[in-house]
Amino acid sequence: MSGILTRRALVGGIAAGAGTLLSGCDRLGQNERFQALLRTGEDANYGLHRLLQDRTALAEEFRPDQRSPVFRANGTRMPGGDDYARHLASHFADWRVPVDGAVAHPQAFSMAQIRAMPARTQITRHDCVEGWSAIAKWTGVPLKLLLDRAGVSPQAKYIVFHCADPQSNGTMYYESIDRIDAVHPQTILAYAVNDELLPVQNGAPLRLRVERQLGYKQAKYVQRIEAVASLQGLYGGKGGYWEDAAGYEWYAGL
Amino acid sequence: MTVAPISGNGGESSERAAHAGELIYKHRLPTRLWHWINAVAIMVMLMSGLMISNAHPHLYWGEYGANLDQPWWSPPHFPGWATIPSTYNLALARHWHLFFAWVFAVGLTGYMVVSFLNRHFRRDLTLTRRELAPAHLWQDVKDHARLKFPTGQEALSYNVIQKMTYIAVLFGLLPLMIVSGLSLSPGFNAVLHWPLDLAGGRASMRSIHFVASGLIAAFIVVHLVLVLLAGPYNEVRSMITGRFRVPPDPDAEQTPREHWLPQALSEPLRRLFARRGRGDVA
Repeated sequence: MSGILTRRALVGGIAAGAGTLLSGCDRLGQNERFQALLRTGEDANYGLHRLLQDRTALAEEFRPDQRSPVFRANGTRMPGGDDYARHLASHFADWRVPVDGAVAHPQAFSMAQIRAMPARTQITRHDCVEGWSAIAKWTGVPLKLLLDRAGVSPQAKYIVFHCADPQSNGTMYYESIDRIDAVHPQTILAYAVNDELLPVQNGAPLRLRVERQLGYKQAKYVQRIEAVASLQGLYGGKGGYWEDAAGYEWYAGL
Repeated sequence: MTVAPISGNGGESSERAAHAGELIYKHRLPTRLWHWINAVAIMVMLMSGLMISNAHPHLYWGEYGANLDQPWWSPPHFPGWATIPSTYNLALARHWHLFFAWVFAVGLTGYMVVSFLNRHFRRDLTLTRRELAPAHLWQDVKDHARLKFPTGQEALSYNVIQKMTYIAVLFGLLPLMIVSGLSLSPGFNAVLHWPLDLAGGRASMRSIHFVASGLIAAFIVVHLVLVLLAGPYNEVRSMITGRFRVPPDPDAEQTPREHWLPQALSEPLRRLFARRGRGDVA
């Protein structure tokens, strides 16, 4: 055996083997059927979470002194376009959020109406898909209150959030969640962070907080809420900007 | 204390005395099957994990931690040959990682159940009082330091350091990877919260997950080096077919153990570890 196995052969063999394996992994990762196989993991995780989670099980809430010194901004910090600039100049006095799609009573809510509704304040942790976390205090209206007023149809399986920030690929940011998360007590449309009106970099005037999922689900600059039976017809069809653009999971509970 | 099998009473299935040079059945099918499934799962998870680390290469302690907070350590950027996929793609790395997490967790659970039922743990991993005696432990440490491998009957059972390492990895590190990994999930945290409380927060848990994965990587390196030193052909065969050739005793026969592996590999390692004990081993 020692005659066959020289150091050069061994090191070369390991390097070549590792190289083949790695490029094999890359090729596998690009193969559609293999990707579909990997994605069964997402289905399994979504199923497991929905099985184990009480529908109203809360994400942890923190004390004020446990907050991050600075709640950083990520993604869009200043939406492009004249429309948003005009709204910003008028302090969002004319910002209207229609709730439409598969609903019995489509209607639009002004920021004044939204701020006058019963509010919920929660100090929660924001977990980015990249791995960082930050804790902040959010105040806003429970999404359920808006949905109840609009009367969401039983056929609607998803709630979609259309946003005001255009992305580099030319489409607008959007996100979607299922009906369970939509009526969860901590799912709010926040207009304040750490007791101040939401700054532009954090999604002024209104952002989604869906606390049992990762950061990219927390849509900022929400300008329309739509109830739909399927996500297929929307943008790339995968239910969110990052889902369409880069293949991130639609269910971002882990 | 349970009555443990006498060390040297065979590997997983051999009960009778084995003779040097004899081919015996050492590893049973469930062990071999899990070994290779787990090897693939762990390699994929380690390498896709390094890609996930590249997305935010900073580790913090506490409940939170982001760019403006102070990390206790910033791991290096891991190069393409060490990551899955080889070029930056966090979404795809997560698909690999979270799919093979199921392979890893289901595989480990299945192996645990089978190994309790078929008494693999009890026969092969139970530490005896004799093995734990300080003199025996010290002798085993010395044997390891001098890269002196067990021969004959002794080669069929795990030695005491090996047992303790396997126990620590199987019942400590691997379950810790699962618990710490699950606890990074905001959805799971809403179900089960005490692991995060125990760790002191999510940023701490992420650090624990990373450090524990480093320990697993270290285990793999040592494991592979020892396989190479103990005779890669015989060791790998025993984990594929189950058949293991009982190593001859170097004192009794003409072939010294170290000739079982490439001299070019064994000599530098021997010089490194066994400088003092050279006379004893030869």
